[in-house]
Amino acid sequence: MVLSDRRPIARAERPAGIVAGNAGRGAWLLACVAALAVTCVLSIVIGTRNIPLGTVWDAFLHFANTDDHAIVRELRVPRTALGLLAGAALGLSGAVIQAVTRNPLADTQILGMNAGAALFVVFAIGVLGLTSIWSYMWFAFAGVAFATVLVYALGSAGRGGATPLRLTLAGVALGAVMDGASAGVRLLKPRAFDYLRFWDVGTLGGRPLSIAGAVAPFIGVGLVLAFAAARSLNALALGDDLARSLGAGITRARVLSVVSVMLLTGAATAAVGPIGFVGLMVPHAVRWIVGPDQRWIFAFTVICAPILLLGADIVGRVLIRPAELQAGIVTAFMGAPVLIWLIRRRSVKAL
Amino acid sequence: MSGRAKSLLRGPAGGRLGFGRRVVVVRFPYPLSLRFGVRTLTICGVLGLAALAVAVLGLGTGEFEVPPADVIQALAGQGSGATRLVVMEWRLPRVLMALLIGGALGLSGAIFQSLLRNPLGSPDVIGFNMGAYTGVLVTMLLVGRGYYETAAGALIGGLLAAAVVYLLAYKQGVHGFRLIIVGIAISAVLGSVNQWFIIKVKLQLAVAAAIWGQGSLNTVKWEQVPPVAVAVALLTGCLLALGPRLSLLAMGEESAAALGVITERSRLLYLLIGVALTAVATAAAGPVSFVALAAPQLARLLTRTAGVALAPSAAMGALLMMTSDWLGQRAFAPTQLPVGVVTVSLGGLYFVWLLSRPLRRAGP
Repeated sequence: MVLSDRRPIARAERPAGIVAGNAGRGAWLLACVAALAVTCVLSIVIGTRNIPLGTVWDAFLHFANTDDHAIVRELRVPRTALGLLAGAALGLSGAVIQAVTRNPLADTQILGMNAGAALFVVFAIGVLGLTSIWSYMWFAFAGVAFATVLVYALGSAGRGGATPLRLTLAGVALGAVMDGASAGVRLLKPRAFDYLRFWDVGTLGGRPLSIAGAVAPFIGVGLVLAFAAARSLNALALGDDLARSLGAGITRARVLSVVSVMLLTGAATAAVGPIGFVGLMVPHAVRWIVGPDQRWIFAFTVICAPILLLGADIVGRVLIRPAELQAGIVTAFMGAPVLIWLIRRRSVKAL
Repeated sequence: MSGRAKSLLRGPAGGRLGFGRRVVVVRFPYPLSLRFGVRTLTICGVLGLAALAVAVLGLGTGEFEVPPADVIQALAGQGSGATRLVVMEWRLPRVLMALLIGGALGLSGAIFQSLLRNPLGSPDVIGFNMGAYTGVLVTMLLVGRGYYETAAGALIGGLLAAAVVYLLAYKQGVHGFRLIIVGIAISAVLGSVNQWFIIKVKLQLAVAAAIWGQGSLNTVKWEQVPPVAVAVALLTGCLLALGPRLSLLAMGEESAAALGVITERSRLLYLLIGVALTAVATAAAGPVSFVALAAPQLARLLTRTAGVALAPSAAMGALLMMTSDWLGQRAFAPTQLPVGVVTVSLGGLYFVWLLSRPLRRAGP
């Protein structure tokens, strides 16, 4: 889709990713898992009030209802669990969407999902007057599902079926309509505007563990579906005609992917709000490391995306102590330099 | 010159065999010649006329109703004094501005989508609108909320962001894909800055910024029209002077280079023109979303050309903008909706309709 490099011959000799061979990729994956584990521990330890590792250990095994123990159990653990779940879900949904639409600009925004969630939440807050997270999180989920079904139905309406271009255009068009509607409601109802400017940012803080529990099953199913579609998505990367002649079930792969994206994005957006950059950036970074095989891309994305989200959350807690910066704001600041460094470092391939 | 130009009609008039698109070639003395697709030309004409019709409608409706015939009389310099005051002094600047900005955004969208060879390509890709938003938020916070202050803030912020994206993407030339990725990264950072501002400032300021962010023509006066008109005309002139290089670039860099286009320089020139067109529109009316994204694709669906084309995109942009502005004023009167809210709704619905139409051939 892109203008080519100046020196195509030099580039053709390089391997597809930084790491070649499955052994190398496996080692990298293990390293990433280790990094994720460290990030999780840091996320429990670091905050407005740092808690020593020993106390954290005690909070789990010998709970004594001290302040520190309560902070670990009531605040830090829910936050870390949410970060893990939402990070994996947002990252993987971005990877799946980029694979299905074969477009490097695609993310949940492009398929109109964030717009759907925002529209339903605007309705819940602005018209119905709901204010507790428990009541409007399901509206966010329903909004994503609504948008996805509509986009897929419209994108697959023509004779050509749900081609990447049609899906993308349908998502952009419907997303725009829904964005317009929710912007209209917001500007007419200042109270809803005030509430929603905070929802828009997306944060991991201030949610109980039960929210993570409520969205976990959906994210689990979404993960399974995404990996089930990964092989066919590899074939789809060659284009519809070639994929069909190779025996890939195109429609099955598309439906699986879209349902998985709906579950992942819906659950994550319901739990933490529309955090955008994770799903856009992590799959790109991962693709340059492991090459074009979707199965590896998905696996790495599931591990690396929570590192970015939790890392952003930790930095947000430390940066302007004792106040906090929302994870949704810090994510871009953490991710953008990495993305720019990676793209400048080597001439990377487009999708 | 028209006396010496002769027009040739190529291809069968309506035979059942497909000999490709019908094309008119107007030949001037060597080396000038112009090629038009008949369908493209017709669509441009229809879109332009439709935009003018809506403009006349827009000039006539409002608190003070003027029948279309009187509007045309007033435009010709006749009619009663009151009618002339309303039509020429109060409503005409806004209508002209809508047409100009819509055309400019359509052109800039077509440029970006051709250069990036991506239907999602738009001036947003190079970070302009996000930067403009940041500039306006900073200006509103530190300087004031006047029309010219915000316009200056938007211009400075947007141009700075675009320059940063271009420089960071530059490494022995600007690779299209690298430009997209760097644009994503910088836009995300600026978007975060904007969100942080929006939740930190007072609600009133946040709402004012949000209204600017939707784009609005509510405050347009006569003195703001000439600079915009001159700028858009100059930039369109530059675009015409570059000739057909854009459609060659849209074929891919190797093909364009093989056909004799100096790719790096042409791309920089097109980027400059595209950003400048967006800058003019954004400074005048705020970041009206969706026109730059939708107009080229809508026009392409209508003209059935292989790629996006400049003139139909401009005509479609003008029509989209004009209709949206009129609806935004009249739909919920007396409440005036920012034009951007209507462009996304209206343009999106039209897009949905075009996509859902059963097409004779396989769809886009």
